[in-house]
Amino acid sequence: MKNKEPLFSKNNLKLITNPLSKDNPITVQVIGICSALAVTAQIKPAVIMTFSVMFVLALSNVIISFLRKTIPSRIRIIVQLIVVASLVIVVNEFLKAYFFDVSKQLSVFVGLIITNCIIMGRLEAFALTNKPWLAFLDGIGNSLGYGLLLIIVSFFRELFGSGTIWGFQVIPECFYNFGYENNGLMILPPMALITIGVIIWIQRSKNKNLIEEK
Amino acid sequence: MKSLRRYVDRIKPNFQEGGKYEKLQSTFEAFEAFLFVPNKTSQIGTHIHDAIDMKRTMAIVVFALLPATLFGIYNIGYQHFVSLNEIYTVGFWQIFWFGFIEFLPLVVVSYVVGLTIEFASAQIRGHKVNEGYLVTGMLIPLIMPVDVPLWMLAVAIAFAVILGKEIFGGTGMNIFNPALVARAFIFFSYPSQMSGTSVWIADKPDAFSGATPLSNIALGNLSMPDFHDLFFGFIPGSIGETSTFCILIGALILLITGIASFKIMFSVFLGGYFMSLVVNFTNINFYSQIPAYEHLLLGGFAFGAVFMATDPVTASQTNTGKYIYGFLIGLLAILIRVVNPAYPEGMMFAILIMNLFAPLIDHYIVQANINKRLKRQT
Repeated sequence: MKNKEPLFSKNNLKLITNPLSKDNPITVQVIGICSALAVTAQIKPAVIMTFSVMFVLALSNVIISFLRKTIPSRIRIIVQLIVVASLVIVVNEFLKAYFFDVSKQLSVFVGLIITNCIIMGRLEAFALTNKPWLAFLDGIGNSLGYGLLLIIVSFFRELFGSGTIWGFQVIPECFYNFGYENNGLMILPPMALITIGVIIWIQRSKNKNLIEEK
Repeated sequence: MKSLRRYVDRIKPNFQEGGKYEKLQSTFEAFEAFLFVPNKTSQIGTHIHDAIDMKRTMAIVVFALLPATLFGIYNIGYQHFVSLNEIYTVGFWQIFWFGFIEFLPLVVVSYVVGLTIEFASAQIRGHKVNEGYLVTGMLIPLIMPVDVPLWMLAVAIAFAVILGKEIFGGTGMNIFNPALVARAFIFFSYPSQMSGTSVWIADKPDAFSGATPLSNIALGNLSMPDFHDLFFGFIPGSIGETSTFCILIGALILLITGIASFKIMFSVFLGGYFMSLVVNFTNINFYSQIPAYEHLLLGGFAFGAVFMATDPVTASQTNTGKYIYGFLIGLLAILIRVVNPAYPEGMMFAILIMNLFAPLIDHYIVQANINKRLKRQT
């Protein structure tokens, strides 16, 4: 081990920064859309969801990466599922204990982290072939990318849909007196899809490399 | 006119390539085409041109909308003065003028917002501005309630034009009918404006509003207006859609000029009538007890069938496809109206859903044809 890379070398940091923009799990890899539609009506659940996914993804990445040489490839999906499922149960119990109202709001979507494509996708694509530390960074990076998008989407949805941010009213009362109304469509999941679509549009028009060849 | 022509010719070089205002070329061309008949002619070979171009098509549709529009304007005033019990004391022009004053801001907002976005996006992409919005801009106010706040209208139009049309590549490329996208947007975004049980009629101190016949039925009130009022449209409702009679005049204009497809229009009514007969046999709720022909007169059914379903861009293109497309629109519209009373205006959803399926229908019609011919071959 002569030329050991430092823990936060440039290449390693890319694992965190790439998923934030040009390799974003939602807008570029287009995985994990379903939960992004479901939990983004308000910012608070979106943030909690981000941290839950971060916990599950980072740890399961590390665990699978440790086990990567011992898992027979035929049953690797089952092993991955067991690891992810146990972590999700931990998260779920934790949320129920300390953030009861938010966990009520998120309802089944915490449990559905198991089926979140980002987690299985990263386990398959990265953790199975890389060392634990890299897998950990990849997990953090991807969940941050996921969270970034969740927060952007939920910011607009909460602002226009409920007139609040993090539960605090930001659109002044006098607007409502003049006839302003909250946009009910923003609360509905279709608008989350449209918002994500618009973000993808903006991102690709800024970064032409992302546009797929026809 | 001649001096205008001379003026346009004089400033034209500025807007062509290499000119001072090169960037504004498409804007300039749009205004030139608006003022004068385009004088482009073919130079080589023998060509036969039909004089009908997009500009003329759109103009005819707007013309066909006129009866419904004029009646809609009159009806605004009529409903207003009836509710005030003053209908016998005011003259025709007073009624009409009142409606006109209420209607005008909607049209102005519609065109200003819509055309601004159209021009801007054409400019950005270097496309030519085309006439597609002339019809959409007229349709949108006609399918709105009279009292829709102008800012909501503006937001809905911006949404419809950008996400319903420009994102797909502008006029002729859109999947959904932009006017209906605007209405669906308001319907879901501001339900208090659109899907309440009552529609605005008059500015009285206690903000009087009356129920449309459709929403009356939802409340279990089966006292329908008589056939005459329903057919000629003396009922509260969205501006352009109340008078089936005026809509049929428009339909006649569209059919004679060959702009709209008879196949679609006919099969929409057929599908609607068929479904109404079917639900008459059931006893789901009050809606299912309405006589079948009245279903076709109520709400936006006729308006949708004549002006929305026949939109050549979003409808099916194949002949058989047009029958299927139209029939399913009529069928779905009545089905949604009857089975889900929360959405009495099923026409909007029916057309949007079928817009989505139109390419699929066409695909299978074309495939079936190919298979049939292949079989004949072998």
